[in-house]
Amino acid sequence: MSISTNPEASRPELSPGDPPAVRRLPRRANGANLQVGVAVLWLSLIVLLPLAAILWTSAEGGFGAFWSAVSSPSALASFRVTLTISVGVTLVNVVFGLLIAWVLVRDDFPLKRVVDAIIDLPFALPTIVASLVLLSLYGPGSPVGIHIQHTAWGVALALAFVTLPFVVRAVQPVLLELDREVEEAAASLGANSATIFLKVILPALAPSLLSGAGLAFSRAIGEFGSIVLIGGAIPGETEVSSQWIRTLIENDDRVGAAAISIVLLLISFVVLFVLRYFGARAAKREESAR
Amino acid sequence: MRNVLTTTKRWSALTALALSTTLVAACGGGASDVAGEGNSADADTTLTLVAYAVPEPGWSKVAPVFAGTEEGKGVGVTASYGASGDQSRGVESGKPADVVNFSVEPDITRLVKAGLVDEDWNAGAQKGLPFGSVVTFAVREGNPKNIRDWDDLLKPGVEVITPSPLSSGAAKWNLLAPYAAKSNGGQDHAAGIAYVQELVTQHVKLRPGSGREATDVFRQGTGDVLLAYENEALHYDLEHVNPPQTFKIENPVAVVNTSKHLDKATAFVNFQYTPEAQKVWAEEGFRPSDPAVAEEFADKFPAPEKLWSITDLGGWSKVDPQLFDKDNGEITKIYKQATG
Repeated sequence: MSISTNPEASRPELSPGDPPAVRRLPRRANGANLQVGVAVLWLSLIVLLPLAAILWTSAEGGFGAFWSAVSSPSALASFRVTLTISVGVTLVNVVFGLLIAWVLVRDDFPLKRVVDAIIDLPFALPTIVASLVLLSLYGPGSPVGIHIQHTAWGVALALAFVTLPFVVRAVQPVLLELDREVEEAAASLGANSATIFLKVILPALAPSLLSGAGLAFSRAIGEFGSIVLIGGAIPGETEVSSQWIRTLIENDDRVGAAAISIVLLLISFVVLFVLRYFGARAAKREESAR
Repeated sequence: MRNVLTTTKRWSALTALALSTTLVAACGGGASDVAGEGNSADADTTLTLVAYAVPEPGWSKVAPVFAGTEEGKGVGVTASYGASGDQSRGVESGKPADVVNFSVEPDITRLVKAGLVDEDWNAGAQKGLPFGSVVTFAVREGNPKNIRDWDDLLKPGVEVITPSPLSSGAAKWNLLAPYAAKSNGGQDHAAGIAYVQELVTQHVKLRPGSGREATDVFRQGTGDVLLAYENEALHYDLEHVNPPQTFKIENPVAVVNTSKHLDKATAFVNFQYTPEAQKVWAEEGFRPSDPAVAEEFADKFPAPEKLWSITDLGGWSKVDPQLFDKDNGEITKIYKQATG
């Protein structure tokens, strides 16, 4: 069965004899227009308006103020700390998120449902509580003897905690939907587990993995509550950009704070866009391979 | 091509997305001030106090005492504590307050300029300053680095914890003290600035936003010495050393004239100067401004060899713009250069 690739074929009102007329917008029911209208309005209010406001504030002092805020030694140090730790944490969570999703989907063990629910705990826990918990576990009063407060490892641990669910929840549904027949076919053709994983499963999971990684990274670079206690905001070592932004606000430098925020937003957009692009390419390859 | 998301699935997905977005947004960082404990839930009037970071021990004790008096009957106090500059700017931009208590006078002057505090707030006998403290060195147990005087702070390897003067009132006192000592009351300006320069560039690594945050950082194990209010050191039972030359800290209290309970707020502020309230402040570690009460608690508050005060340096109206102006203050510039 072939699908007609000619869009005009389903539009009898535009017969071939017509002049190349203005393409009419497809007619929708009024209900659908309202849907679109409400969605766009909400999106604008919640997302676009604040973004525009930040852009406006950052431009208040002109390009000079923007550049000096963004290139100050503290800002650059905070970017370096934020990006290195976030990239590292995202990579680690891609591996472990995939592992956890795999175990939850493919394996059976007692209390599996409990573990499945616990994965969402970092979403539900107020981030400052997460910071407090990590401080009591890995700070000066640690019951396990590990003291990583005021170190980059402490920050990394906190970020790993809050970004894990993104990867797991992105991969899980795709893993559930995966067609086992393809894997069995590969096995019957003589492929070993590693080959099946690398050549059959991983490409199928790639879009969701990349999407989850993108979300995890974006959350990591903006995270504040969970690292504030365990990190200690040591400039150049554990002070992340969100903390530097807060300091700028406390020091009554709104323009500087907005400028740093814009840089973080740009980094986030670029990373998400790149990951989406590769994910879409991988998805298209999967589709065409079927 | 099959439409993957049916209408129902689409709406449930959107709902889930909306809920999770709200959840994620709610997990963001909170405000930088801390709410103090509210008083009696059955109060007829509740006064809102906006204060700097450290006076909670005093206010939480003095508010119930006020509620026990004739004029204070039925008055409860809810308080918010945070970095002095931060809090002051908050009230200026509309944060509701009936009474304000900041670390340094310029934070009140800001509100006078904004028309929120009457110009005669400091016309009384005690000049609007019911209590105060001195700058002290809080050290580790046993004082292993033997820190006794300002020069000891400059010894190699000594890490000093002091908050950032851009947001904190405590920071200003902490830096004015050595400035006054080294410049002999402002006479040798260059010597004072040179000391502050060396202290900040070589020995200060962190930038806590307020006096309380600095205390927290120190108590969590960072740094060799904390520059702090004596009342903070007393409250947390930190081993502390008063340097021979230190600075007289005086913390202003004022009524916000847009208060809805002007008479109660004024009564509350006036109450702070009564011997009853002054004793409470002294018991909590704050040096009382009432001379008689100060005499009574003389053992608790030893007199330093030389106590510099802001009047020696020419008053806040001269010192604040010269040293602490946001862009051009000399000490502010040193701080920004050293810590980014």
